[in-house]
Amino acid sequence: MGLKNTLHNLKEKYKGKKMAPAFNAIHTFLYLPNETTHSGSHVRAADDLKRTMNTVIMALVPVLLFGMFNAGYQHYSAINGFPADFSLLNDFLTWDNFLIGVTTVLPLVIVSYVIGLAVEFVFAVIKGHEVEEGYLVTGMLVPLIVPIDTPLWMLAIAVIFGVVIGKEVFGGTGMNILNPALTIRAFLFFAYPTWMSGDKVWVHEAVERAGTADAISGETILGQLAQNTDASYSISDMFFGFIPGSVGETSTFLILLGGLFLIFTKIASWRIMLSAVIGALTMGLIFNGVVSADWISEGSKFYGLMSFEFWQHLLVGGLAFGIVYMATDPVTGSQTNKGKWYYGFFIGFISVLIRVFNPAYPEGVFLAILLMNVFAPTIDHYVVQANVKRRLKRSKKATA
Amino acid sequence: MSKDIRIKKGLNINLVGAAEQTTSKAVLSNVYAINLNDFHGIMPKMLVKEGASVKAGEPLFYNKDVEEMKFVSPVAGELVEIVRGARRKILTLKISANKSGEVVEHSTLNLASATAEDVKSQLLLSGCWSFIKQRPYDVVANPEVAPKAIFISGYTTAPLAADLDYVLKGKEKELQAAVTALATLTSGNVHVSVGGSNSPLSGLSGVTEHKVAGPHPAGLVGTQINKIDPVNKGEVVWTVNAQDLVIIGELLLTGKFNAQRTIALAGSAVKSPKYYTTTIGAEISTFLYGSGVSIENFRVINGDVLTGSKTSPEGYLGFYNNTVSVIPEGDDYELFGWNKPVFNKISSTRAMTFSWLSPNKKYDLTTNTNGEHRAFVVTGAYEKVFPLDIYPMQLLKACMIKDLDEMEQLGLYEVAPEDFALTEFICISKQPHQQIIREGLDLLQKEIG
Repeated sequence: MGLKNTLHNLKEKYKGKKMAPAFNAIHTFLYLPNETTHSGSHVRAADDLKRTMNTVIMALVPVLLFGMFNAGYQHYSAINGFPADFSLLNDFLTWDNFLIGVTTVLPLVIVSYVIGLAVEFVFAVIKGHEVEEGYLVTGMLVPLIVPIDTPLWMLAIAVIFGVVIGKEVFGGTGMNILNPALTIRAFLFFAYPTWMSGDKVWVHEAVERAGTADAISGETILGQLAQNTDASYSISDMFFGFIPGSVGETSTFLILLGGLFLIFTKIASWRIMLSAVIGALTMGLIFNGVVSADWISEGSKFYGLMSFEFWQHLLVGGLAFGIVYMATDPVTGSQTNKGKWYYGFFIGFISVLIRVFNPAYPEGVFLAILLMNVFAPTIDHYVVQANVKRRLKRSKKATA
Repeated sequence: MSKDIRIKKGLNINLVGAAEQTTSKAVLSNVYAINLNDFHGIMPKMLVKEGASVKAGEPLFYNKDVEEMKFVSPVAGELVEIVRGARRKILTLKISANKSGEVVEHSTLNLASATAEDVKSQLLLSGCWSFIKQRPYDVVANPEVAPKAIFISGYTTAPLAADLDYVLKGKEKELQAAVTALATLTSGNVHVSVGGSNSPLSGLSGVTEHKVAGPHPAGLVGTQINKIDPVNKGEVVWTVNAQDLVIIGELLLTGKFNAQRTIALAGSAVKSPKYYTTTIGAEISTFLYGSGVSIENFRVINGDVLTGSKTSPEGYLGFYNNTVSVIPEGDDYELFGWNKPVFNKISSTRAMTFSWLSPNKKYDLTTNTNGEHRAFVVTGAYEKVFPLDIYPMQLLKACMIKDLDEMEQLGLYEVAPEDFALTEFICISKQPHQQIIREGLDLLQKEIG
């Protein structure tokens, strides 16, 4: 085959040169390399890192598409009011809605990938290692966890920060301590807080129109609850995702399908997902208990979120998205099976805790995951020590 | 106190080209070779010069550290070449066979009354000691340190490997002699693991017998040690390949070192895969071309596809190998190989890979790595195929950063590189697990001894 041979010759030509990693990164996307085993196991299983990452991206595509339609739906609904009898085909999956998605969400995706991969390539060439595939998933996650109108320059700066400080300084893919996508999110949140929270950022054009006669707004459910107003959306809206929020986080239904797909393909850890759900429900139940025991009054600023039905926490905000796609990052999460139970549980538990007690910004998932990222090695240490102690005990018994 | 072992974690790799259970006699080889790489960590000191003629069973060299430990010639002939590598390191000894068939005759031992010292000196002198390996470190056993137990696996689970039930049939007398002798060398038990009661190793006297079941690596002696009586720090166990017991047994019974062995020639590239009787060190072409090769671009492996070493038709049968595998080379590109659905390769996931649909299907795998070397990313996958009570990824990482304390604590004493063949097979990051463990063991041995 012509192309195959041409590329092979080019690869040989670039071998050992500075640009080799850049060329190989592109080459291997087209062709699985001709590399063979040398020693050890002479045959190898079919999976490589690209396939693994690609599976996660496949699980994200429905969420992305939904986010694009939802961008338009929330925009037009904020202007014209929500349709009286909602029909999926006539009101949601429309060309107009999709067009808004194309013009708002796609640029986020493109900026995230172009800037992020450029940084990866530069580091690979400077340090002379191969371009590793970690950013394929990060680049997809980033546009899904930011508000729709995030300025592109802001995103670009955050991506550069996240990839360099969050990942490359530790040695690249597989070596980082914090989840890079969440590092990017955290950077945006702390550097540009007005763009990341409030009632103006979740709907397309809400910021531009603020203060004019055409002003629109769209508050998230968590925002409403934090101000002790009731959520103005039905449970089914929350579950299927016809609510304002970050681009990809709204549809719990599609996230659930994505999660099941990742569990079925054995790519993501069901232990983390399950224990995180248990953790979130536990904390939610505790708060519900506090309310029903009359320990706080209705006037309390925490009342709205504390009295929110415990299981509905899973349907709103970024909790479901965080649990399925971010907490399960194998590099920054716990690495031992037992550790994953603790790690997941605390992510769910702390997420709801922060959500309720943080008055400025009623969402705690990304902070909870970043916090547990830091503690994951500690959890693993104690789990592994149990194995070490068992071995020591066995040895003492043998010599006694 | 026999203990049945049932393994759940693991993975059977079903490959096309299993050897048919018929045995042919291989053509006699002109040249036989001993590859010094087979004896990891042994510093050889030559006893014969190039051009000297030797008998079968005559010592060629000894271990510099343990002078009594002799390594012998498998056949009678002339030592035609000592192949040396960098810094004059001896790589291979080539012996051109003659027709004389002269064999060194040792006195036979009366096994009923033989002491440990008798057995030990007999095995060391005759060259049979080299079949006994030890853990920790997975090297030829040090005769000075008595083991707490000796382990023999009579159960095969490795892909395409020779079926021990078949190749050991009719050798019960030799097997019994060998285990009786080995039993004198340990204060503990001789543990023999079998797949079922029809194994020739079943029913031997003086041993503790275990029944093993489950997917690969149930048949690996390392798995069995971990389940029966794991190695602790400061302890030593010995292991012997079941098939090498026959050579040991025959030496003890007749006084002659008979290097003949039945091997499996298997793999999808072999036209008619079957068993051959041949001799240690024989040229692989002497039986490979008897069965024929169906493709041009193939790889010959001394041993099974998970743990063997790369060789060629001009290469020689390894000292410890009873299997020669021949599989297609995979040095070709595959368009969009990383994302298209895969039906013809084995996978431990379901990421658009479909081997989970048909667990009994036989596959024709090549030597392609199916991806490039990457840092460790995925977690929890190795544990599913690793039945030992050890954290595999943590141990590998400890070896990579050369942290001796952690290597010890996490159980490096208990393992051999072959125990990590399956984790290496499924590794998404394509890390060389067996090499990492080998280097870790070497470092530990050098630093701690």
